[in-house]
Amino acid sequence: MKHSMKVNLQVWRQKNTQAQGNFENYSVETNPDMSFLEMFDVLNEQLIHDGKEPVAFDHDCREGICGMCSMVINGNPHGPKQAITTCQLHMRSFNDGDTIVVEPWRANAFPVIKDLSVNRSSFDRIIASGGFVSVNTGNAVDANNILIPKDIADEAFEAATCIGCGACVSACINASAMLFVGAKVTQLSLLPQGQSERQSRVVAMVNQMDAEGFGACTNTGACSAECPKGIPLSVISTLNREYTKAKLNGI
Amino acid sequence: MGVLSFLFSSSIGRKLVMAVTGVSLIAFLVVHCAINACVFFMDGGATFNAAAEFMAHNLFIRLAEVGLIGGLLIHIVQGLSLTLNNMKKRNNKYGSSPKRTNSTWYSRSMGLLGTILLLFLVMHLKDFWIVSRFDAQGGLTESKTLYHFMLEVFTNPVPVTLYVLGCISLAYHLLHGFQSAFQTFGLNHPILTPMIKTLGAAFSIIVPLVFASIPVVIHLGLIK
Repeated sequence: MKHSMKVNLQVWRQKNTQAQGNFENYSVETNPDMSFLEMFDVLNEQLIHDGKEPVAFDHDCREGICGMCSMVINGNPHGPKQAITTCQLHMRSFNDGDTIVVEPWRANAFPVIKDLSVNRSSFDRIIASGGFVSVNTGNAVDANNILIPKDIADEAFEAATCIGCGACVSACINASAMLFVGAKVTQLSLLPQGQSERQSRVVAMVNQMDAEGFGACTNTGACSAECPKGIPLSVISTLNREYTKAKLNGI
Repeated sequence: MGVLSFLFSSSIGRKLVMAVTGVSLIAFLVVHCAINACVFFMDGGATFNAAAEFMAHNLFIRLAEVGLIGGLLIHIVQGLSLTLNNMKKRNNKYGSSPKRTNSTWYSRSMGLLGTILLLFLVMHLKDFWIVSRFDAQGGLTESKTLYHFMLEVFTNPVPVTLYVLGCISLAYHLLHGFQSAFQTFGLNHPILTPMIKTLGAAFSIIVPLVFASIPVVIHLGLIK
């Protein structure tokens, strides 16, 4: 097995939010066992060695659970493989001599901070707009005091696996955030905790989503297809239902 | 307005309007398609003309027609406004063209397909609806029925081609729109959704096929 490979990169470089960005070409000696982010570490070592500015990119846990990594690789958020994040993508998914185009999430609601790093605070503001969940204080209650059927728990958990990376927005032709908001609303509306805020929460979150400048959903399904956690399109359906019910109740 | 103002202001409310008006238009297509299919009775247009006559003069139908036009206008205006708005949500476009396996081309092109359909509709209404509802061009007479009128229009290959292209746009518009409407209504079910998708696909193929076959069959002289 050949243990080194060379790839040509076209990387989006942008000094700051206001600056006009452009693609720069680099060539990196890597090996098939490296993760895509490790290959970027090598590139940055190389750039620092040459006295150039390293490429800014988001990353944290590097095990697919934090939702920080956010590269659009050859046009696909998190790269060509399904249901993984960029940090879980390995160079063995590419061939020696490949040219790989790497750019940031592109959406007006996700302004570029620098290079491949984008500001996803709009997601935080949507979450914050959802508000609190009422719980009883005092002594800790018995673990099985609130019964949740297994199928409901599973469905809520499936929605809760959303890591809020924003790949859905980046993949959507309308830059819509409905898969993300749908996942959060579905998770919270299924569980018995927080039922008191169920209707006001969905309305507040959708209002915030619209105010942040995300587009409207046209059900293309690109979000779900590109989601590293495979969040199903049905969460958007749940979101539509929850929101419409709340609005018809005059919330 | 009050409670219902969200239908024209929020992203979800606006797509709900698209879905409700879209489903009404689908219901209209069933009636329209059934009446058009009357030409296949091969009775020189007698059944077709009787059906067209009924549609033109029944009070209930005429009232429903007002609702239909209202729904259609809302669908067009809201659809165009949503499409134009959505196009403004990503000012910096992607440099690399993504491998478009994540969604179908027609689901991403509803605005374009809708615009083609709108242009088609202008031509189609001018060709037939104006003639059958208002006494333009001398109006319809005993000797020159809507059926005769149709035979005349489709002797020319240009309208035949345009009508077939219009029907193809309709097929793709429906292929996404039919099932998408139910998703918007909040209906996503492990058993029902696959059924809706199959039904939607069948509808999207059969109805435009029946529509498109008529100008072609007339042009080829298979019905007279």
